[in-house]
Amino acid sequence: MLTVKNLHVSVAGKPILHGINLDVKAGEVHALMGPNGSGKSTLANTLAGHEDYLVTDGEVLFEGENLLAYSPEERAQKGIFLAFQYPVEIPGVNNMYFLKMAVNAIRKAQGKEELDALDFMKHIKATLTKLDMEDSLQKRDVNVGFSGGEKKRSEILQMALLEPKLGILDETDSGLDIDALRAVATGVNKLRNAERAMIIVTHYQRLLDYIEPDFVHVISNGKIIRTGNKTLALELEEKGYGWITGEEAA
Amino acid sequence: MNSANPSVETLVEGGYTEGFITEIETETLPPGLDEDVVRRISAIKQEPEYLLEKRLKAYRHWLTMEEPTWATVRHPQIDYQAISYFSAPKSRKDSPQSLDEIDPEILETYNKLGIPLEEQKQLAGVAVDAVFDSVSVATTFKKELAEAGVIFCSISEAIQQHPELIKQYLGSVVPHTDNFFAALNTAVFTDGTFVYVPEGVRCPMELSTYFRINAANTGQFERTLIIADKGSYVSYLEGCTAPMRDENQLHAAVVELIALEDAQIKYSTVQNWYPGDAEGRGGIYNFVTKRGLCKGDRSRISWTQVETGSAITWKYPSCILRGDDSIGEFYSVAVTRGHQQADTGTKMLHVGRNTRSTIVSKGISADFGSNAYRGRVRMNRGAENARNHTQCDSLLIGDRCAAHTFPYIEVLNPTAKIEHEATTSKIDADQLFYCRQRGLSEENAVSMIVNGFCKEVFNELPMEFAVEARKLLQISLEGAVG
Repeated sequence: MLTVKNLHVSVAGKPILHGINLDVKAGEVHALMGPNGSGKSTLANTLAGHEDYLVTDGEVLFEGENLLAYSPEERAQKGIFLAFQYPVEIPGVNNMYFLKMAVNAIRKAQGKEELDALDFMKHIKATLTKLDMEDSLQKRDVNVGFSGGEKKRSEILQMALLEPKLGILDETDSGLDIDALRAVATGVNKLRNAERAMIIVTHYQRLLDYIEPDFVHVISNGKIIRTGNKTLALELEEKGYGWITGEEAA
Repeated sequence: MNSANPSVETLVEGGYTEGFITEIETETLPPGLDEDVVRRISAIKQEPEYLLEKRLKAYRHWLTMEEPTWATVRHPQIDYQAISYFSAPKSRKDSPQSLDEIDPEILETYNKLGIPLEEQKQLAGVAVDAVFDSVSVATTFKKELAEAGVIFCSISEAIQQHPELIKQYLGSVVPHTDNFFAALNTAVFTDGTFVYVPEGVRCPMELSTYFRINAANTGQFERTLIIADKGSYVSYLEGCTAPMRDENQLHAAVVELIALEDAQIKYSTVQNWYPGDAEGRGGIYNFVTKRGLCKGDRSRISWTQVETGSAITWKYPSCILRGDDSIGEFYSVAVTRGHQQADTGTKMLHVGRNTRSTIVSKGISADFGSNAYRGRVRMNRGAENARNHTQCDSLLIGDRCAAHTFPYIEVLNPTAKIEHEATTSKIDADQLFYCRQRGLSEENAVSMIVNGFCKEVFNELPMEFAVEARKLLQISLEGAVG
């Protein structure tokens, strides 16, 4: 589904990623771990098409197409979803309205019929039930005044509504208490299926207690320095990043 | 020359026999302004003596005034002697003969707004042979209004038909001494709108200049007077979302509203006059005086405006809250982009007890646009328990535009309460990226964010107007980001 080859990325003239290679197949969940400043979020934002992230070398193929040629909205329409580390507030814009706009923009681009208000209500109700969430956020403005946990749950709801092929979760666990973490993880697990892949960017192992990844990658200084399975995350938790980055240096 | 000399007056007026008027009506008065021009306008319109006196008084007062310079707007010196103060409906041969002669950019906007071709021709001033549809629509409306007892006509017609109302109310809220442009307007106004809603009547429809047949030629010095008698209600819509073609650069209108006991007037404006070219040349200067008098107890006046056009907008729709428990409201969205400048806001003058006012101002600036909110809230000595809430928010798009806020607050009564909130924000790259990552195009994202910013104001507009205003805003800001 996604192939990243020798990806080099600079931000504001400063090289951050120095040759990332990654292969993600449908149905797989990949965890991307690493210390602060290692380039985890840079990779997530680059895949989503953020204009501040300049690709200086390498390529990214999504379902065989050159992903880098597309705008952020085109990538979203092709099925890439980024759950933001810091979801943005949009005052005055009703959450429900925003979600309907987004769902219909993507449906339209995919040649599907747009949902009218009634069908959209049904869609959102069914999705909330599926995720075991309440709909208390829908009447409020997009992310305005949401608590940290509410923002992240809202991101998971958006992912469920937009039904992406590839979901990228950028530090979705940061700043969450244990209940919110569990709620988010439950949502993510329910969205796992054989057609959908996920990349979970995280600093800590604890999210992976709830979401079991197929692969764990450790990124340091803009490179993936180790790939393993779930046990790699546990080892990291026990020994710290110094263990592995030190090993690399030696 | 002693202009009050009756013999001179007789001499001048004597020239305006019926035949002569007909002749001049097909023409345009030569540029320039003096007492003779004022007299000729009055004569052409066959006005009664007192109105001519009013005009002359205003003109003489205007001569003693100077153009105001306190607004944060810049423009070249206006040459008042280079303006023609009366221009009869243009003859067909001077008008563009087809839409091919119209600025393609304006046509594109018409198409985006979904305006039918025949209507486009009318807006663009193209000579049309077929009778325009809205004429018959207007006739139907007129009948319904007459049944309700509502008077809705041009101010010229009202001067002839309803002299008692004109005499009592014209100039009673905005006297000719009020300001430079109000004095000029009083001296030379050529037409405008008159509305009277009788006691206890709820006007059966939204009144709109759009449906007043001869609205197209009201000219640059428009005069509007709306009177809501005791316990009545009227909602009035001014303007049009379509950009109006107009050869007059200076527009100095005066609007007066009077609400008697328990009456309510809702006045909504969408202003989209030509803003000038990319360098800011040729746009309309819109210097308007709008004021409402809440004369009776428990009366209410609401101003809602969406200002997206004109090179310069200078207007402060205001309320004098004289009646006890009266309410004044001002909801405004002003957009400036390109080289547009807006200095707009309101004045709320609290005179009566328990008077309340609400001000919500949303300024949006993009490109090199400059947007100033200027507001004055005054609580007079007798304004026991008066309340005001003011909120002014500015939204900046890009980093070459400007937003200013000038609130003036005077409180002479210790029981009065005033709240003022102001914010300035930017549409930032993060908001846009977030929306685009959810599949929305950049333009849809900008439009959604801006509409969210303006929501409180749009909620005050009548439904169809609100839909059009949203669309207009989207078109106005196309390409503003990126």
